[in-house]
Amino acid sequence: MNRVFITGNEAVAYGALAAGCNFYAGYPITPSSEIMHLMARELPRRGGVFVQVEDEIAAINALIGASWAGSRAMTATSGPGFSLMQEGLGYAVMTETPLVVVDVMRAGPATGQATKPAQGDLMQARWGRHGDQVLPVLAPSSPQECYDLVIRAFTIAEELRTPVVVLSDEFIGHGREVVELAGEVRIPSRRRPRSAREPPFYSEDPRVPPPMPRLGDGFNVLVTGSTHDGFGYRDTRSFDTHYKLVKRIWDKIWLNRDTIFDYEAVGIDDAIIGFVAYGSTARSVAKSVEILRREGIRAGYIKLKTLWPIDTKPIEVLAERVEAIIVPELSLGQLVFDIERAAKNYTKIYSFNKVGGGEPIYPRELVELARKVLSR
Amino acid sequence: MKKRHFSQKYLRIETLPTLFCPGCFNGVVINALSKALEEEGVASLRGYVFVSGIGCSSWIPSPYILADSLHVLHGRAVAVAMGVKLANPKLEVIVIGGDGDLASIGISHLIHAARRNLDIVVIMVNNLVYGMTRGQQSPTTPRGLETTTTPYGSFEYPIDMCRVLRETNANYVARWTIAHFFQLKDSIREALFRLRRGFRYIEVVAPCTTYVARRLGLKPSSILRDLLKNSKRVEEIRRGDTIGEDSIVVGIFKSEDKPGYIELYQDYSMRARGVQSG
Repeated sequence: MNRVFITGNEAVAYGALAAGCNFYAGYPITPSSEIMHLMARELPRRGGVFVQVEDEIAAINALIGASWAGSRAMTATSGPGFSLMQEGLGYAVMTETPLVVVDVMRAGPATGQATKPAQGDLMQARWGRHGDQVLPVLAPSSPQECYDLVIRAFTIAEELRTPVVVLSDEFIGHGREVVELAGEVRIPSRRRPRSAREPPFYSEDPRVPPPMPRLGDGFNVLVTGSTHDGFGYRDTRSFDTHYKLVKRIWDKIWLNRDTIFDYEAVGIDDAIIGFVAYGSTARSVAKSVEILRREGIRAGYIKLKTLWPIDTKPIEVLAERVEAIIVPELSLGQLVFDIERAAKNYTKIYSFNKVGGGEPIYPRELVELARKVLSR
Repeated sequence: MKKRHFSQKYLRIETLPTLFCPGCFNGVVINALSKALEEEGVASLRGYVFVSGIGCSSWIPSPYILADSLHVLHGRAVAVAMGVKLANPKLEVIVIGGDGDLASIGISHLIHAARRNLDIVVIMVNNLVYGMTRGQQSPTTPRGLETTTTPYGSFEYPIDMCRVLRETNANYVARWTIAHFFQLKDSIREALFRLRRGFRYIEVVAPCTTYVARRLGLKPSSILRDLLKNSKRVEEIRRGDTIGEDSIVVGIFKSEDKPGYIELYQDYSMRARGVQSG
């Protein structure tokens, strides 16, 4: 175990390298650029590929090509670049191309406040593509989790043959903490077809992705973003082919929700007030709960480390116990919709929203709100 | 047994006949490519990767060519090709696409790949319009042509991608029309088997039979005649010459043998390793 004092962005890069990432294409954007700087330093001397491309659209599409050629590929960006990558992410979903995209969130929309943190890209990470699609979204709340969750993102990407999004934010990206680097990480290697008779785009069990042929291996693979049958032949007319394809890809993620979904629950067994949060906001929540408990108020929280697909059961359990749930977000409110969907029949839900200027959600603000809510 | 046509070993026979319009010149491009491969003694396309975007000519490799192929987003073929080539430089990467795909929505990737002298071959089938979406104006539509989006005749200045790319670091830039079959085939051989490195761009002027020719009341045979008549060899043009708007400048605009991006990156990687050990 190697202990280092690094930022969240550096931890993302070290996590990717530990996971065997050997292809990075990226475009400069605040506040994610340090990830690219570290990859630019490390990949060429480790026999990998680093390329600074002309825009984020080129980045995501280069990742797609590299992934099909057998690479483990990642890019990192922030809001505006993430918007440009959406079409490519949709293509990666449709063609079941493993890759990892890290979005270090900043205040938007548009150029917004490039250097200031936010959590406004949650819904975009889930639903930014057109059509029926779902992809895993992970959210670290510390440099350590940046490291761990990027490794996890590569694991999920390879195991389920899917793009994975990691939603970090400026606080975490630029925040510096001690991170324990793993010695060696074993990521499952991609399953390859044994013969050209194995369909690369169909599997009997939707939970298991089909094997992925590598370019150059003689499979004459047909990859297309158009609706295709098991062997990649375009079929842009039939209901059956389309429904079967998009439903299988959808089920691949949803039916594996138990393994993808990850969270931490603290103090919820006896709590009378609960919080649900993710990312940097979860840190303020942890502190608030500590303060409230010191004051004799039994508070607890759930920190989500997976934002999609989401399993609402733990939130329902929390909701049945507490008098109210507070959902703080560095946005005008997005996660709160999930919490309302899961818990509004059991308890009261309060949104706490703040965004811009680099203002964090302070524990004292949440403590105050908790007191007020409980005294009502 | 019936003798197989030489091109059959390069094609997915079960997908034929193609879905192209009757008289479509995409077949000429397939033929020229097949002939070039045949003449070079290529037995199978293992190791070749075709990348194409969206449009009629993007269907040439996907599904008709029997090789690995990536049929990607509109305009992004060159970006995907870059990922493939960098991830595995042993693969021979060929992009086939149209003027809408490569010279409009994908023009930035094309120019930047040429700037990097990326080691890929790009064949741009210039049919002068957006064919698949019903004949709208494209960036190469000649002035005066009536299209579905310029019903009173196109008035915009078109782009000449060969002149643009000649000014980049691309190793090879050539243009032919479908009336120059042998020259086209030889250019493909030159790019793929002689030069072998750097960015190699071959444009084929192949007017859309449905949305250009039929609209103008022209038969395929008369298009061929017109293309030959209006072609002007690039080496005959001197600086300052005015070229009529009807003229198509054909020939080899540029042929060099500079190291491509792959070699440059490999040198760079060696330097990076040196820094580590030193």
